[in-house]
Amino acid sequence: MLRGTPFHARTGQLCQAQNWRRWAGYLAASSYELTPDREYYAIRSAAALIDVSPLYKYEVRGSDAERLLNHVLTRDVEKCAERQVMYGPWCDGAGKVIDDGTLQRLGDDSFRLTSAEPNLRWLSDNAAGLRVTIEDRSDSMAALALQGPTARDILRHVSDAKIDELKYFRLTFARIKGVPVTITRTGYTGDLGYEIWVDAEYAVGLWDALMTGGRPYGITPAGILALDMARIEAGLLLLGVDYVPANRALIESRKSSPFELGLGWTVRLEKGQFVGRSVLLEEWRRGPAWQLKGLVVEWESLERVYGAFGLPPQLPSVAWRTSTPVYSSKGQVGYATSGCWSPTLKKYVALAHLRSASAERGTRLEMEVTVEHQRKKAAARVVDLPFFDPARKRS
Amino acid sequence: MNDTYDAIVIGAGHNGLVTAAYLAKAGRRVLVLERRELIGGATVTEEIHPGFKFDTGAHSITRLHPAVVADLRLAAHGLEVLPLDPTVFAPGPNGEHLLLWRKPADTATSIGELSPADAAGWPGFTALVAKASRLLETVAETTPPDVLSKKLKDNWVMLRLAGRLRRLGKRDMVEVLRILPMTVVELLDEWFETDLLKGTLGAAGITGMSQGPMAAGTAHLFLHQHIGTREGALRSALRARGGIGGLAAALAKAAQGHGATIRTNAWVERITVEDGRATGVALVSGEEIAGRLVVSGVDPKRTYCDLLDPMNLDVEFLRRVRNIRFKGVCARVNLALGELPDFACLPGAGPHLRGLISVSPSLDYLERAFDDAKYGDFSREPYLEAVIPSLTDDSLAPAGKHVMSILVQYAPYDLKGGVWDDAKREALGDRVVETLSRYAPNLEAAVLHRQVLTPLDLEAVFGLTEGNIYHGEMTLDQLFLMRPVPGWARYRAPLAGLYLCGAGTHPGGGVTGTPGYNAAREILRDARR
Amino acid sequence: MGAEKRYDAVIIGGGHNGLVTAAYLARAGKRVVVLEQRPRVGGSAVTEEIYPGFKFSSLSYVVSLLRPEIIRELELPRHGLELLPLESTLTPLPNGDHLVRWADHDLTRRELYRHSPKDAEAYDDFGKLMYHLAFAMKPILGIVPPDPTSLSPKDLRSLLKLSKHYRGLPAEQFYALCKLMTMSAADYLDEWFETEPLKATMSASGIIGTFLGVRSPGTAYVLLHHYMGEIDGVFRAWGFAKGGTGAVSEAIAAAARERGAEIRTETVVERVIVKSGRAVGVALDGGDEIYARVVVSGVDPKLSFLKLVDSKDLPSDFVDAIRRYKIRGSSGKVNLALSELPNLTCRPGVGPHLRGAISISPSIEYMERAYDDAKYGSFSRHPYMDIIIPSMIDPGMAPPGQHVMSIFCQYAPFELKGGWDDTQREAFGDAVVDTLTEFAPNLKRAILHRHVVTPWEMQEEYGLTQGNIFHGELSLHQLFFNRPAHPWADYRTPIKRYYQCGSGTHPGGGITGASGRLAALNILKDW
Repeated sequence: MLRGTPFHARTGQLCQAQNWRRWAGYLAASSYELTPDREYYAIRSAAALIDVSPLYKYEVRGSDAERLLNHVLTRDVEKCAERQVMYGPWCDGAGKVIDDGTLQRLGDDSFRLTSAEPNLRWLSDNAAGLRVTIEDRSDSMAALALQGPTARDILRHVSDAKIDELKYFRLTFARIKGVPVTITRTGYTGDLGYEIWVDAEYAVGLWDALMTGGRPYGITPAGILALDMARIEAGLLLLGVDYVPANRALIESRKSSPFELGLGWTVRLEKGQFVGRSVLLEEWRRGPAWQLKGLVVEWESLERVYGAFGLPPQLPSVAWRTSTPVYSSKGQVGYATSGCWSPTLKKYVALAHLRSASAERGTRLEMEVTVEHQRKKAAARVVDLPFFDPARKRS
Repeated sequence: MNDTYDAIVIGAGHNGLVTAAYLAKAGRRVLVLERRELIGGATVTEEIHPGFKFDTGAHSITRLHPAVVADLRLAAHGLEVLPLDPTVFAPGPNGEHLLLWRKPADTATSIGELSPADAAGWPGFTALVAKASRLLETVAETTPPDVLSKKLKDNWVMLRLAGRLRRLGKRDMVEVLRILPMTVVELLDEWFETDLLKGTLGAAGITGMSQGPMAAGTAHLFLHQHIGTREGALRSALRARGGIGGLAAALAKAAQGHGATIRTNAWVERITVEDGRATGVALVSGEEIAGRLVVSGVDPKRTYCDLLDPMNLDVEFLRRVRNIRFKGVCARVNLALGELPDFACLPGAGPHLRGLISVSPSLDYLERAFDDAKYGDFSREPYLEAVIPSLTDDSLAPAGKHVMSILVQYAPYDLKGGVWDDAKREALGDRVVETLSRYAPNLEAAVLHRQVLTPLDLEAVFGLTEGNIYHGEMTLDQLFLMRPVPGWARYRAPLAGLYLCGAGTHPGGGVTGTPGYNAAREILRDARR
Repeated sequence: MGAEKRYDAVIIGGGHNGLVTAAYLARAGKRVVVLEQRPRVGGSAVTEEIYPGFKFSSLSYVVSLLRPEIIRELELPRHGLELLPLESTLTPLPNGDHLVRWADHDLTRRELYRHSPKDAEAYDDFGKLMYHLAFAMKPILGIVPPDPTSLSPKDLRSLLKLSKHYRGLPAEQFYALCKLMTMSAADYLDEWFETEPLKATMSASGIIGTFLGVRSPGTAYVLLHHYMGEIDGVFRAWGFAKGGTGAVSEAIAAAARERGAEIRTETVVERVIVKSGRAVGVALDGGDEIYARVVVSGVDPKLSFLKLVDSKDLPSDFVDAIRRYKIRGSSGKVNLALSELPNLTCRPGVGPHLRGAISISPSIEYMERAYDDAKYGSFSRHPYMDIIIPSMIDPGMAPPGQHVMSIFCQYAPFELKGGWDDTQREAFGDAVVDTLTEFAPNLKRAILHRHVVTPWEMQEEYGLTQGNIFHGELSLHQLFFNRPAHPWADYRTPIKRYYQCGSGTHPGGGITGASGRLAALNILKDW
């Protein structure tokens, strides 16, 4: 049997849709209500409570902890202050991305790293000879994302943290109704939001405290479908969808470097030796062959394509994850890996891997759309990510 | 010291010295650093009991690469090589015995006393061994090609090897290809019926292997051990006058003659690295020495895992290094003897005592000896290979007295339910003396002094990881393209400026000098680029 | 029956490879007759009702790698073949715990994680590499082995193509293949995993049908077999044939018959008739003779060349090679009729785990000790066992509520000290049942009937020399161009128009049909 997360006692009852999916061997609610709309809008206009426990979590401790993580991640971990959080990918020896996640510096010698896939073996092998311990907290630690404009108000109300002082990508230790938690100001929605990390045994109490305390602020449990739309708007990557992890790729061409994923800003070549550096240095000099960019499909073009069949544009009601060809006038120049109709922006947006020659902002391309069983092309424009970036995210 | 050497060689074992000598001969400024107070590594002769000198590591020379002997003028530097004849004396369990001689006809006579059929098969078998080991000799002297490279040069090396194989002729080529992956039991069963003969030959296929003779790869090791030996003289070995340390001394003289510096008591703690390049070494004393190249004669695991900061190496590569199997199974027992052993099956101090004395009554005996080790115990009835060098070299022991060096197998590095403490060590020593006394009853009383070196001692004294005398098992998966690790079999390391030259590289262990010779050739080849 | 109508091809032995060859030849319009000595076709792939109401797949019990192209080309599903997947592999442990690997990735991962978090991850990495390697190995399995000593353009081209293929692989894969070809299964798995029962159970596949232990070099490459199915579009191919393994043979036989092949059972071939260096037919034990343009032997190489033909008709070095050919049987089979299901201490009750395999392989040491017994001529006191309960997958195999259990056990050496007799056979049966009862205490009292097959019965009743289930050991020096002997690895023999198509030819082993198919294609090429 697949397992529920530590919140399952609550989420299992709330999930009216009985719409579950697998996430890292756990059951995760796709949506709690029959359609995810309200859950999406909670993210953008109130507060959504999302169970993200299936994330893998590793606690790295010891005098060489910083050294190990600095060696594995592309970010400069030496620059990560205590109680700071850093996002970044890590690569194999050939500079191809294995996984990405957030790194919380809990103390001088103590870190917590999250990832989408198991990375214990990779971390341990890199740690040979170093004075570190790596504890897999994936099962013993639960996590909730509280995301949305009223998230801060809720935490101010339910926790003892000085929440107004907690800056973007910083963390604090706090108690919520007596439950010890770590609160990070991070998230996967591109909105004002927090993630709350808790020992699995206290999970249900935390859930109840947030739901009760959050009621006046419109807290709504949200599933993966709503989260998926929000993260596309925020231009955030999903492993296994927007890129294939290098250690799972069956062929070379499926692998991507951080530069190709728009994560060049995380690659601190100046910090000295780290896994994949020499290859990345070379790629940095040369420039990446591919880039991950945003595509905005032009409404007028969609109307034309559908109009030819006597139809108005048919928009996806949830995010899609099917690789879709992208063309220039000279032929295929890339592929979009996920996309959705952005309810907030009223735009049809997609994340696309584009050959660098066609990845310039403003480049006019075409994306394949299937209308009445026929493959058509709709005009699209290359834009920088994210699509949606409200000031409240950082303020 | 602040001036830069062209090359720093870590470890004054015989391979390190060979590489150092060749580099010095080519005009490089070479420094050899030895951790111990004396040079030689595992080719060392030590006076561990007053008046008695022992080859504490290797007790005989497998076969020296002829080019090394000639190029480095080892004879002029004092090396005197004494061939053992008979090559092997094997006492049997039921009062019979077997003698292998350098002259095949003499051997056939001895075998004939046990089995006329086996004697009849002897010439055919030795001819096959000669053919196969000649092919292996070519392989041993070739730097493993980069098989995945599309370069003309690598293709050429492979074609040349294929050509050598084809030159054997159709029939022999198939035969050699067929027997290489076999077990030595299968190989010998196809030729012979006498247990004592099969056991005694088969023992050459298990030396240093954490495997019994029933394991594939043992036929290869058997053939490998016969590289360069005289046709028909199976299991032959050479001795150096003055002990095997005489070889190290001659090599050192050759190297110094070409200007190399050798420092003993110089324990390298780590290889220094800057910008992805080896820049020299740091000693335990704190001293740092700069070198344009660093050449490691110590085993690959020590080199990569202990001497280098792992951060300089790729995880996948390190996994491969950590996966090298060492699993030492040999121990050494050195005995100072008041008198010569008197074998019940062949009494007296005849010429038979001059060869290797091999306790190997049958292949089953060897396999059972391994069974114990498989489960973490030393053999109840171990395989023993003893030499009494004082018979041919009176400089090693007081007059009338003798030294005996015994290689013992199997004594596993990892003991189940215990470690190699003093009690275990002496229990092993007792076991060995008992076993040998069964064939030579006077032995026990003749022992004046005993030194037992367990695999743990071999590791501690000689720096051999897990006590493996070959710097890594000589199994098929750890040879040629895969030695020391797949993809890095060409003496180079995945770190600029670092090379390997020890027995952990192709073609592997044994006192041959071939790895050191090949490494020097590759280093100089790179330098010409 | 008289010395009557002429055939294009006579096939000796109605085992699954012989039947495949027959079906392919018949498909090409040849008049084919298959001669089988036993009352039913199938050879080792046979299902028999040895105890009333209980169907035993007497020898071979799972369908591992039946080539999908054979299934397609001979339209076997139309002829009644139905393959049902095995759900899981369960390894009970002496301490009351267990290890199960399920068809579901998440479940397996969680179970492995319970034993070792690192192994759970390594298992995925391992799977990915094996998948690649299976893909890289495929060209070898599907070709006629080239002769490396030959300078003929055909052989050189084939060698060059192979060399190019392998040297085109990424380094990681190339060297992993080199390792797999030379290492022991246990050593190779040691590089990946730390969980003993996982290593022991996985390595067991490397020793099946060999006279080797899991620590013997040369056993690692069989690890690939488990991944072979995935690249051939037969995901989860390790399965069970509805109606028992005999149903596979019956389906192939039906396909052959439909194309006009004639199959005669209880027909014993005495020898191959050779006239002026050419095979022209076979003589039966009753004195009858059957003539055909080609004679194809589906029996093992020892029988094909040392018994069915006069060694005078063969070159002496070939005869020597066949004499040296290793064919030591090492395994036995115990089939049980059960009144109730075994109740495993480690996982009590009835559950999906009983629809999969149960492997008695708790540790590498257990496996090695089983081997040690055999090395010196005894059967294993505590054998390795691979068990399935066919009636859990296909209820038709036993009366309602009752069950059949198929136990493959190793080691049982053909050359038993003192020789096999009834006492020894039953003692072996006892060792198997006693060992298993340690894990399922109710087993002994649930047994209604026991059918023990030692290598001796395999030889005497099923015609497998020395009871070797693969027609010759699958050791490195008996593979590819050396199977069964150089230079006769191309299904031809030194006697013109005498061919071989059994498991003793490349690629050999298991119910794959690959040998039979490749043989047929080559025979047709020569036609």
